[in-house]
Amino acid sequence: MSIKISGVGKQFGDFVALSDIDLDIASGQLTALLGPSGGGKSTLLRIIAGLELSDTGTVEIEGTDATDLPAQKRNVGFVFQHYAAFRHMSVAANVGFGLKIRKRPRKEIAAKVDELLALVHLAQFADRLPSQLSGGQRQRMALARALAIEPKVLLLDEPFGALDAKVRKELRAWLRRLHDEVHVTTVFVTHDQEEALEVADQIVVINDGRIEQIGSPDELYDTPASEFVMSFLGPVTVLDGRLVRPHDIEVVAVPFPDSYAGRIVRSSRVGFEVRLEVALAEAADAPPVLITLTRAEATAKRLEDGTPIWIKPVEGASQIAVRSADSIGEVDPVSELAG
Amino acid sequence: MSDALARPVAQTTPSRGKVVTVRSRSPFRWVLRVAVIAYLFFLVIWPVALVAKATFSKGLAPVLDALQQPDVVFAFKLTLSVAFWAVLINTAFGIVISLLLVRYTFPGRRALSAMIDVPLSVSPIVVGLALLLVYSGRTGWMGQALESAGLQIIYAPPGMIMATAFVSLPLVIRELVPVLTEIGTDQEQAARSLGASPLQSFLRITLPAIKWALLYGVVLSLARSLGEFGAVKIVSGGVAMRTQTATLLVEERYQQFGVENTITAYTAAFILALIAVLALVVVTSLRPKENQP
Repeated sequence: MSIKISGVGKQFGDFVALSDIDLDIASGQLTALLGPSGGGKSTLLRIIAGLELSDTGTVEIEGTDATDLPAQKRNVGFVFQHYAAFRHMSVAANVGFGLKIRKRPRKEIAAKVDELLALVHLAQFADRLPSQLSGGQRQRMALARALAIEPKVLLLDEPFGALDAKVRKELRAWLRRLHDEVHVTTVFVTHDQEEALEVADQIVVINDGRIEQIGSPDELYDTPASEFVMSFLGPVTVLDGRLVRPHDIEVVAVPFPDSYAGRIVRSSRVGFEVRLEVALAEAADAPPVLITLTRAEATAKRLEDGTPIWIKPVEGASQIAVRSADSIGEVDPVSELAG
Repeated sequence: MSDALARPVAQTTPSRGKVVTVRSRSPFRWVLRVAVIAYLFFLVIWPVALVAKATFSKGLAPVLDALQQPDVVFAFKLTLSVAFWAVLINTAFGIVISLLLVRYTFPGRRALSAMIDVPLSVSPIVVGLALLLVYSGRTGWMGQALESAGLQIIYAPPGMIMATAFVSLPLVIRELVPVLTEIGTDQEQAARSLGASPLQSFLRITLPAIKWALLYGVVLSLARSLGEFGAVKIVSGGVAMRTQTATLLVEERYQQFGVENTITAYTAAFILALIAVLALVVVTSLRPKENQP
């Protein structure tokens, strides 16, 4: 295990940011800490880096107890959401900062900086100041700077949060490729479930200072442990008192066994998909069931506003019983074929 | 000089906000311009120019004579040394207090922040009297103890340095606080995570980031210290060749009869103004470099 966190807790005044967290992160993996803002995931990352001290518990990095080590002795690379570029230094000096502090020979620093700038595709910008780079370039520089000290672990705090959507997607894919090349144990914090699902080997879902679930992206998506995990990892809708994903519902124009009768109250097209809101015949008061299907399917089945339809979760769809909202959308499915 | 206090915030955020120039052709703009220039002319430019004129009213010779008088030379040396120590103390404490105000929350932080402005709002003469009450060798409770230990504060350079430092205390801090607030702690934390000790992080990251604001604050502080009159007058006693600074000399000579004395007073005043203006010009001409990429 590269990082071993046991019993870590942290309070800010009355606010409990983390309570009794146990977490093992395997070497060489790319792990995402996923959760809503204020859930404690950034605090956990900062505790691993030593930028924040935990109230209770211990942190082990590569077998050594780092709980009381100050940040500068942990040999941990940290990348900030807002880049934290050293504004008065050139890109090369930024990247070489950690090595200069370590008093490495000048030639060695120059060679390492060149190598890293090539890795992050910034070789031609070595002499520029950070203010002359775009956001995405600055974040790549920050990443190279963190990698320069050959850290035991690389920690990224919402690394793409300040970038616009397109650059974010590019950098996300690029980070995954970089990790496959460099293989340093990496932990990144995100509130974007798509980012976590796409990039990570392992996802840790954190909410209200607690770990909700740990697993691979597929495990979390297919077998979510709680309503929270299921609804956080993607859109959900309630059908007969159970959480179902909108694209896991089958739509047919004729009644069939175990299906629910309903009527389309609204349909809207977003890009390649069509979103339907369906009012169930036997639960007209309940909020409409959301269904997503491809545009081709919607056209083929002639699904329009007002069309009477029958719906049913597909075989093997992940479902979770809604605990709190007892009777929302709870109806009896059609048991026999109606004439 | 206090008009300079409000200015640096905009300058230190070069990338964030651009000054939008209003390109209207309304006559109001011209009225405004003329009004501002007239105001500055009657309040600042003309009076200061008259000092220069009065200085050289009898030609260059009396000015050179005045500059060779031993008590004038002494007064300027004393002024420079008092200003030097006061600025040094204010720079060191200014950095520490600014970091404290910006980076830490503690009970009484707002009170401390408000207290730092006290020297700007309280008359220097009150400052002088207050110092006298504490440190006077005859009446001050602490002064008596210090004097018996062989350290004279009042009517001696230590008291003058204290008075000057007190009066110019806010200048460095008010320059640094907005800049420190703006740069935040991310860069320092990044430096720490890259292996820098707190001292290395301060010297390599924080100090370069605040250097222009610091320099500006130091120069303002220096200009203010050179010109300090009220507080120093109370605590120094103003004895020629012992505790008389340049400003005190100006006052003394101006009140004495004789053209010679008046010229000496104007000469000293002119040089004080010249040093202050030169310092500001140098800094202002250096400062734009910070905005260049």
